[in-house]
Amino acid sequence: MATPISIAARPATSARLLTMRRITWRRLIGYGLVYALMIAIALVFMIPLLWMFSTSLKSRQEVLAWPPQFIPQTPNWGNYSAAFAKYPLGQFMLNTLFLVGANTLGYLLSVPLIAFAFARLRFPGKPILFTLMLSTMMIPMQVKLIPLYSMFSSLGMINTYWPLTLPSFFGEAFFIFLMVQYMKTIPRDLDEAARIDGAGTWTILYRIILPLCRPALAVMIVFAFLWTWNDFWHPIIFLNNFSSYPISVGLAFFRGQYGVEWNLLMSATLVSITPVLGLYFIAQRHLIGGLAAVGLKG
Amino acid sequence: MLASWRRMNPLVRREAFEGYISLTPWMIGFLAFTAFPIVVSIILGFTEWTVVKAPRWIGVENYVRMFTADPLFWQALKATLGYVVLSLPLKLVFGLALALLLNLKVPGINIFRTLFYVPAVISGVAVSLMWIWLLQPDTGVVNSLLGFVGIQGPKWFWDADWALMSVALMSVWRVGGSAIIYLAGLQNIPVRLYEAAQVDGANAWRRFWGITFPLLTPTIFFQLIIEMVDSFKIFTEAFVITQGGPLKATYFFLYYFYEEAFRNSNMGYASALALFLTLVILAATVFVNYTSRRWVYYEAE
Repeated sequence: MATPISIAARPATSARLLTMRRITWRRLIGYGLVYALMIAIALVFMIPLLWMFSTSLKSRQEVLAWPPQFIPQTPNWGNYSAAFAKYPLGQFMLNTLFLVGANTLGYLLSVPLIAFAFARLRFPGKPILFTLMLSTMMIPMQVKLIPLYSMFSSLGMINTYWPLTLPSFFGEAFFIFLMVQYMKTIPRDLDEAARIDGAGTWTILYRIILPLCRPALAVMIVFAFLWTWNDFWHPIIFLNNFSSYPISVGLAFFRGQYGVEWNLLMSATLVSITPVLGLYFIAQRHLIGGLAAVGLKG
Repeated sequence: MLASWRRMNPLVRREAFEGYISLTPWMIGFLAFTAFPIVVSIILGFTEWTVVKAPRWIGVENYVRMFTADPLFWQALKATLGYVVLSLPLKLVFGLALALLLNLKVPGINIFRTLFYVPAVISGVAVSLMWIWLLQPDTGVVNSLLGFVGIQGPKWFWDADWALMSVALMSVWRVGGSAIIYLAGLQNIPVRLYEAAQVDGANAWRRFWGITFPLLTPTIFFQLIIEMVDSFKIFTEAFVITQGGPLKATYFFLYYFYEEAFRNSNMGYASALALFLTLVILAATVFVNYTSRRWVYYEAE
């Protein structure tokens, strides 16, 4: 273990003042360097997306031009309507929206109820059940796919949305964990006061605890949206009817078509990520805060 | 348990009853969608099942075949381990470096934090399609830029020697996802430690290795496990971009599993493959966890 530098008990504030006055110029130059570096890295990160956007506006000749031009001569906005005409993008997005809606509803109904039991109620076996739930997060979901496939198949549910939506009505370990952690931060005095006033357990959950859980619910909804929107495994396994594909799988199949028209494909790809980007920019503060709180990424 | 149930006072018993009621959805879901499939999967791993005929018990034959008579198994294992070894250090180091940058207290830093996280929210399919286009050997922008500085770019996904590297480099683009977690770790380090070190005249290098790194090891440990497990599960890139090629260079384990299970209908053998991967992931996790005692610093101890 590296030796931590000795922490001298000196008044920190005066030390900070001292350094600040002495190195104002150095600090300014430092800012400049930091910004230059940050902008350079941001460019490297953003160029792929900008390039995708530029391609989506190019004519067919410009796509194949060498060396490639970054800015198309005249932006062909018509590529977007052409992409919608060539690929059933609208249908795929509607399919995905249905799945997103169903899963969000499922999680909203199941997760708070389950989390409430773990966070607030006392019953024999709770620690074991909680550990069991957490441990399900460690298992790769693919190991369950074959039995799930034959299970849903024997129920006649292949090629329906049931396998992609039903499980959400029974909770999801990660969301339950998130919600339990959040509920534990709510003071117990509130429940106790309500109980003395004669409120039952369910009133306490739905009238008192849940309204206070809005930040955690927001994170859950955003994640449910992202996961469902980007899910690839479940649709490729449980669906085999082209018109019922969600956008993630539909998009993958455009690539397989003979003679890819890259300007149209890039338009379609950008359209497919727009709702996710929109939601992300609206909710990014919640999302990044929530991620940091539970320490997990998307 | 029943005896203790009877001994409970009515209020406590009522609360326990309500607890089980609230847990019922999860318990049903756990049994139906987790416990039952896993048990069935373990059993199927000992059978030959091609869907048209009922599963036939063949003992450990699937596993014997895997280790002794299946070159594709070894290729899939090699490609997957190769990807883990190539991408994991890149993701860990770049993620941390980016987080250190994003932790600087300069005005407007939130804009950059938002931007760098964008690639992490985009679906694997969209990202894959984008990189196919960017890395085209003849018309791609990356090779065009490389040509600009006089480098003849490789054929990326279309060259067996480069395909794995291309997929690994691609994963670095989404490193903002881990940077955000590191950032949370960095912001939990008390500022007074840095102030004290500065007063003592420690330079930035000393401050990083003396304070930041040791106090960040729990986060690094967490990220190592998450990223490692994630890397083992690589699939979409092989499905969308390379179909496992060229020359099976990106024939990742889960892609092999997918083809065996859902294209060739060898459900028994595929179950054994999935179980093997699960065991590999668990073993790797346990191993990392075991080494953590030596390098992860916990303040409470």
